[in-house]
Amino acid sequence: MHELSIIASIVEIAEAEVQKAGAQRVESIELEIGELAGIEFSALDFAWEVGVSQTVLENAERHVNRISGQARCSECDTTFEMQALYDPCPGCGSYFSEIIKGKELSVKALTVS
Amino acid sequence: MCGICGCGQPDGAVTIRKIDLKKVNFGKVTPLGAVSPLGHHDHDHHHVHAAAMNQAPGKTVLQIEQDILGKNNLLAERNKGFFEAKNILALNLVSSPGSGKTALLERTLADLKGEIPCFVIEGDQQTSNDADRIAATGAEVVQINTGKGCHLEADMVNEAMRQLKPTDGSLLFIENVGNLVCPAMFDLGEGARVVIISVTEGDDKPLKYPDMFHSSQLCIINKIDLLPYVNFSVEKVKEYAKRVSHITEFIELSATTGAGMDEWYAWLKKQRNTRLAP
Ligand SMILES: Nc1nc2c(ncn2[C@@H]2O[C@H](COP(=O)(O)OP(=O)(O)O)[C@@H](O)[C@H]2O)c(=O)[nH]1
Ligand SMILES: [Mg+2]
Ligand SMILES: [Zn+2]
Ligand SMILES: [Zn+2]
Ligand SMILES: [Zn+2]
Repeated sequence: MHELSIIASIVEIAEAEVQKAGAQRVESIELEIGELAGIEFSALDFAWEVGVSQTVLENAERHVNRISGQARCSECDTTFEMQALYDPCPGCGSYFSEIIKGKELSVKALTVS
Repeated sequence: MCGICGCGQPDGAVTIRKIDLKKVNFGKVTPLGAVSPLGHHDHDHHHVHAAAMNQAPGKTVLQIEQDILGKNNLLAERNKGFFEAKNILALNLVSSPGSGKTALLERTLADLKGEIPCFVIEGDQQTSNDADRIAATGAEVVQINTGKGCHLEADMVNEAMRQLKPTDGSLLFIENVGNLVCPAMFDLGEGARVVIISVTEGDDKPLKYPDMFHSSQLCIINKIDLLPYVNFSVEKVKEYAKRVSHITEFIELSATTGAGMDEWYAWLKKQRNTRLAP
């Protein structure tokens, strides 16, 4: 389950920021995660508590901006909602498209105290 | 000891060790060389790294916008620079467990021996069985055990390279942990990614694991000696892979019988020569 190692990376980022700010803990964290980023949201929820226990993120409020997938067809230029990676274009049926949104995987903001 | 903070946390799961070739005797279980723990992947960080003890006055909002995979990507770039400077062709081999990555390597190493210098990094959650199989061919190999981790990361490869010391112009094979999901997300700095699928798996694998196929440059279809016994369409797997990726090159082979291996060696040599050319 790579969600745990993703959480470990988030903890690392948060710990560095807390230290830089001379703070002690994170009150809340805002994540941006695209639906095509390869993260299973339920697995992330499931692993979160274990992953952040006894770190600066323990008890932090977690906000996830979930970004739905969007792609542009390379054949006919149609822009469409992409639920799963490489769904075909609803306009022409082509599988070649460019993902515009949905690959995000970042820590947007932290509230520290 | 924890690699980030030197906090004296006990060694956790990730270990990286070079197999001592002098002690390997074709298939026998061997004592392992020095164990090097890899800092921050070792444990789930049951301790707070923030040293700040001074009271912060109230709350501060930090807009940081940091890529969660940023650190891995940075380290991967560093590996890539190292490979390029030394003209090393590094290949990241990915597949489901049991598709034949180790078997393919065993035969490749035996066949290329004396022709091209080859080095191997073996990734597995537990055991050094695969590294011992590789060492039995006489090739230099480092085993990374990821413990609970289900994929290799760039810093593990970096650490393994310090022990392996691949020579200029060599081929470096990195056998990733058997898993078609997350190794796709973690760049190791490799020159090319090779995805392996065997005919005993479903031919719709490319559709089920599009990310892995999309991020690969070559698709090997292994165990073709079993084609008469299974319901697997080579044409279909190619069609599906082309739908979700830019892969145009497929090599059908059998690591067991050796059929098709010549095509694989030709591909390796072509890749290596492109890199060696000025
Ligand atoms: N029949 C047949 N079996 C193979 C072939 N390649 C590998 N195997 C077998 O498949 C099993 C798994 O192979 P292994 O190399 O350990 O797979 P890995 O987990 O991807 O490293 C072993 O029992 C191999 O002997 C092949 O081309 N044909
Ligand atoms: Mg193996
Ligand atoms: Zn279209
Ligand atoms: Zn630590
Ligand atoms: Zn993983």
